Amino acid sequence: MTNPTSPAPLTDKQSQVRERIAQRLGSRHRKETMFRLMGIMSVTFGVLVVLVLFTDIIGKGHGAFVQSAIELEVDYDPQVLGIDSVSPETLALANFDAVIRRALQARFPDAVGRNNRRALFSLVSSSAPYELQQQLQENPQLLGQKQILWFTADDDVDTYVKLFADNKRGHFERLSEQKVAWIQQLLDSGELKKRFNTTFFTNGDSREPEQAGIRAALVGSLLTLLVTLALSFPIGVSAAIYLEEFAPKNRWTDIIEVNINNLAAVPSIVFGLLGLAIFINFFQLPRSAPLVGGLVLTLMTLPTIIISSRAALKAVPPSIREAALGMGASRMQTVLHHVLPLAMPGMLTGAIIGMAQALGETAPLLMVGMVAFIVDVPGSITDPSTVLPVQIFLWADSPERAFVERTSAAIMVLLSVLILMNTSAVWLRKKLERRW
Amino acid sequence: MNKRPSGIKLMASSLAVLGIAVSQAALAARDHISIVGSSTVYPFSAVVAERFSRATQFKTPVVESTGTGGGMKLFCQGVGEGTADITGASRRIKQSELENCNGNGVDVVEVQIGYDGIVLANAKTAEPFKLSRKDIFLALAKEVPNPNGSQSLVANPYKTWKDVNPTLPANKIEVLGPPPTSGTRDAFAELAMEGGCKQFNWIAAKKKTDKNAYKAICHTLREDGAYIEAGENDNLIVNKLVANPNALGIFGFSFLDQNADKVQGSVIEGMQPTFDSIAAQDYPVSRPLFVYVKKAHVGVVPGIKQFLAEFTNERAWGEEGYLADKGMIPLPATMRQQVATDVRKLNALDNLAAK
Repeated sequence: MTNPTSPAPLTDKQSQVRERIAQRLGSRHRKETMFRLMGIMSVTFGVLVVLVLFTDIIGKGHGAFVQSAIELEVDYDPQVLGIDSVSPETLALANFDAVIRRALQARFPDAVGRNNRRALFSLVSSSAPYELQQQLQENPQLLGQKQILWFTADDDVDTYVKLFADNKRGHFERLSEQKVAWIQQLLDSGELKKRFNTTFFTNGDSREPEQAGIRAALVGSLLTLLVTLALSFPIGVSAAIYLEEFAPKNRWTDIIEVNINNLAAVPSIVFGLLGLAIFINFFQLPRSAPLVGGLVLTLMTLPTIIISSRAALKAVPPSIREAALGMGASRMQTVLHHVLPLAMPGMLTGAIIGMAQALGETAPLLMVGMVAFIVDVPGSITDPSTVLPVQIFLWADSPERAFVERTSAAIMVLLSVLILMNTSAVWLRKKLERRW
Repeated sequence: MNKRPSGIKLMASSLAVLGIAVSQAALAARDHISIVGSSTVYPFSAVVAERFSRATQFKTPVVESTGTGGGMKLFCQGVGEGTADITGASRRIKQSELENCNGNGVDVVEVQIGYDGIVLANAKTAEPFKLSRKDIFLALAKEVPNPNGSQSLVANPYKTWKDVNPTLPANKIEVLGPPPTSGTRDAFAELAMEGGCKQFNWIAAKKKTDKNAYKAICHTLREDGAYIEAGENDNLIVNKLVANPNALGIFGFSFLDQNADKVQGSVIEGMQPTFDSIAAQDYPVSRPLFVYVKKAHVGVVPGIKQFLAEFTNERAWGEEGYLADKGMIPLPATMRQQVATDVRKLNALDNLAAK
């Protein structure tokens, strides 16, 4: 090699080296472009997959946000209802079924014969009498009068209107020709319309797709996450602070660290089995309750929170601690007054990501009875309840056609909650983060 | 820094609230019925649960879908609030399960609620299949009788349906079905596979001499890719059939009923899988559905009696009831009457052989 300090003119050897560098330069540039191209390609691939997923889900699920309804003129005839005044007792016994049937019969007088009439009455949902009962309960003065009301249509009618009315997919075999004719007639006269599906957001689960909603699952998810957050965040942060700031570095803390990292990788169903054995069989806590679900998910998210909290604590520069100690602060004061506030954004981010993970979990909840059909919206953490991903799973497994779009709609709701949580994680980090 | 103590207080109080809730939960008696069991019975129990809570003042029962075997385990654990009141089953309780139940002090009341048909379906774009149970067995068993007619078994050599039976199309054998954990798979093996298997006399003779070998021959499905385990989700199988018109799929009748625009049921032994043929017991691949009730809980957990009354009401399980609308095949009228009166008496099941 040549001596770098000597400004000698180019020797043969030097020019050879330069030449070789010039030659290699082209290939190095090519390699870099290739590398960048691969990076761009993998990002594009990811974005494309997400796009396909989203278009599929939204394409299938957007229909669930509207629901067919049928307009009927009902007559609150005291004779037909079998009541003469409106009070909770009389309403419970009143024959609202008959009122609906009369209204349908009046609209389609051509339906004669038992089978035909049965088909006619199944145009509206089985919840129609309850909708009517609620109307009368709220407006007792309507007794003896007529009123035009929109009733939820049956799920078969709804599926027909959404998928088959355009005649592209052929014949929906669950509906007879007669029934299809009635539906077309109602569609043409504007008495059958798609309206915003409020039921989807106000009801719990139901075996009738047109009456099924996600409220019970959403509330169940929130209650479960509340329990998880209330337990796992304080416990996780305390454990991280102790291990990082106070614990001596010896074999025991090494073993604990290995175990925590191990726990983070344990399949979640194992935590479910543990929850079943400990919380339900030993402590006799109620099955299917958000309390038990939250406890199980706490076990699952603890390692995530501890690991991210420790990382956040490690990222606080030692100079902060040294300065505090130098000013005479105790170790606890140092940690609580100086280190913890600086590490908090990282800890919060870790906690929110842990929560988002817990929100999407079904396997551990299977064991503690939260994979269940729940109609009533839970009011406390001990009421039976289910969670959003479980609701998606149950609907995906249901035979009724109308549940297909509801499954996708529930996925959309779950995704929006997740996006909300992750955005708040980013926002919190941006807001609280301090740079040196 | 004065924020810190309030944060600690908040944590402490939230923990205290949690503690109170826990102790309260342990004290309060369960006021809803708890139902576990078969995923086939689940949609029917759930719809009855929903109607029942609307019609009465009781809380809506909680229905879990745990599978028949898993449900039996939970149900037979013992008597007490933490255990289930009712379990659904897509087959009859086994003697061993009943003994386990009785051993734990659980008296069981059996209620047969109806039938379910299992269909072999393919996409509507293809020709419908006409099969016999023997065809099904020969196409799907792991080992089949030697095609040369000798009484020995060989690994299933058949590649296409035409190899099995010359009247069938020359399509590759490709059947999508549920995994071994599923009750549908058990019932399919028992009703369709065994039904074809025992038509070979020398195999049927084995039933008496070597029951295990007989079961192994008749119930074991081939693992060379002709039978594809497609998971428990029947909607998924329907979608895969639409995408692949050469494949057949195995699932419950209610999925055929809901997707009749996409798939068609194969004719088995000359019978179409229809509501009527299953109800009349003409369609060969159908199975009974049961719910089992814990006698000791009747009267303790509120509403069990009324729930059973709703289940066995004509408006629910009758020929035109709402369960039929959900795809359950009702029992014949005389049998319904019989079961309904038996349910009112709440006679506990003691020995299966005696019945």
